[in-house]
Amino acid sequence: MKVIISLGAWLFDWLEAVGRAGIFLVQSVCRFPVRFSESVNLLVKQLYSVGVLSLVIILVSGAFIGMVLSLQGYSILAKFGSEEAVGQLLALSLLRELSPVVTALLFAGRAGSSLTAEIGLMKATEQLSSYEMMGVDPLRRVIAPRFIAGVICLPLLSLIFSASGILGGQLVSVGWLGVYDGAFWSSMQQSVHFDTDIMNGVIKAVCFAVVVTWIAVYQGYECVPTSEGIGKATTRTVVLSSLAILALDFVLTAAMFGDF
Amino acid sequence: MIKGVSVVDAYIRVNDLSFFRGDRVIYENVSLTIPKGKITAVMGPSGTGKTTLLRLIAAQLTPTAGTIFVNGQNVHALSRTELYKVRKKMGMLFQSGALFTDMSVAENVAFPMEEHTKLSAKEIASIVSDKLHSVGLRGAAKMMPAELSGGMARRVALARAIALDPELVMYDEPFTGQDPISKGVLVKLIRQLNDSANITSVLVSHDVKESLSIADHVCILAGGRVIAEGSAKDILASEDPEVRQFLNGEPDGPVPFHYPESVDDSDVDLQGGPQSVASKSNKGGAIQ
Repeated sequence: MKVIISLGAWLFDWLEAVGRAGIFLVQSVCRFPVRFSESVNLLVKQLYSVGVLSLVIILVSGAFIGMVLSLQGYSILAKFGSEEAVGQLLALSLLRELSPVVTALLFAGRAGSSLTAEIGLMKATEQLSSYEMMGVDPLRRVIAPRFIAGVICLPLLSLIFSASGILGGQLVSVGWLGVYDGAFWSSMQQSVHFDTDIMNGVIKAVCFAVVVTWIAVYQGYECVPTSEGIGKATTRTVVLSSLAILALDFVLTAAMFGDF
Repeated sequence: MIKGVSVVDAYIRVNDLSFFRGDRVIYENVSLTIPKGKITAVMGPSGTGKTTLLRLIAAQLTPTAGTIFVNGQNVHALSRTELYKVRKKMGMLFQSGALFTDMSVAENVAFPMEEHTKLSAKEIASIVSDKLHSVGLRGAAKMMPAELSGGMARRVALARAIALDPELVMYDEPFTGQDPISKGVLVKLIRQLNDSANITSVLVSHDVKESLSIADHVCILAGGRVIAEGSAKDILASEDPEVRQFLNGEPDGPVPFHYPESVDDSDVDLQGGPQSVASKSNKGGAIQ
């Protein structure tokens, strides 16, 4: 009986937290565009720190994942004499699955944790209170631009990850393993479809972007404003985001490609 | 207890305020008045909820019971938009300064004006220069908050707090962690600002000497209630043992040296193991 009661209490707490986070998100986004020039300035600043500064890790990781995929794919495909299909394997695995998921995981570690820590520290140093005292809504000024920047950046980073992965894969399979260049690209061209492969990957990336950035800004805003509290909130951002990405990926993949 | 001075023209009226944090009572039925155009010092030992009082006045916290009227408006009954309008007439100097770390000193001071006025960039720059001059830091306009000393950061925060020419300025522990020169500068600035712009000032502090030297009206809080209220002179002349203990900094008295123990945590056990007889026998005794 006690177990059921505590399970119920946990469920209610969880639902309450999700509800609070939902209201927080709606309030942040709805209040954002107050003055156009100010909004653009704030957004550009965040696009730079969330997106541009994540480029290096995305490009390098993408290239290495593409290279590894090519090596693994080649070793299996060569047994059946269809090495040329490595282009198809590379493009489909990256566009449909690996790019959105790995980019989102890297984004949670690189940008999500930094968003949580930054907002948490702003709370600890009373900067958020300071905005409130000046009659400026911190949700509009601090949270909204960060959230919107995250949602814009992650799908773009995911596409960049795919491009970098394909180029890395081409380098290994064509440049090193000797796969015929024309066959590599033509197999890719024949098998990749814009609406089912590329767009589904982008839709996944957008969903992950909303979830990861939402978790990151909410954890920062609601953290206990001490060094320990900020540390815990940052960890929670990475752990919850990673779990949410992987669980959501399964649901989205089942919905998009589960129609056998 | 000293009777509160009769204040006809009150800027802030706190009526029967109660505020609990979980089970802990911070305030219970506290009433006090903050006169218009004067400096009111709210004093008391650490942990009595002095900063909480400022946050309640600014409606950043909601009281468990009671009302707070600021300039005739019940701040906790206002909508968010109305509250933000009222807050434009308030300035708050936070204990840490709370400067925005991604902006320079001048941008910090300009920020409230950029948000709430339609002044041109040139006009704002000129006001920023004036405000920084009034706190003696015009030369630091281009510096970033990380480059400032604690005292300088607090003066910049003060310039920012008065940027919109507020009617009320609240100072949260302005003297804590300041060297004697910085303290002197802040005391002079607070007095000067209050007199020149006819601002109502609320000063929350436990620095007895500095606070009493500039306060027109003093309120001493302890144990969730007002133990004394009156002019600085009245307070200094008070015979109340609680007030005397606070003013003279006596370690033990009506405010006990020992934090009250609950039955559950009376046995301090850092090891997680059983308590020794010797340490139990020392419970509640003096330091040995």
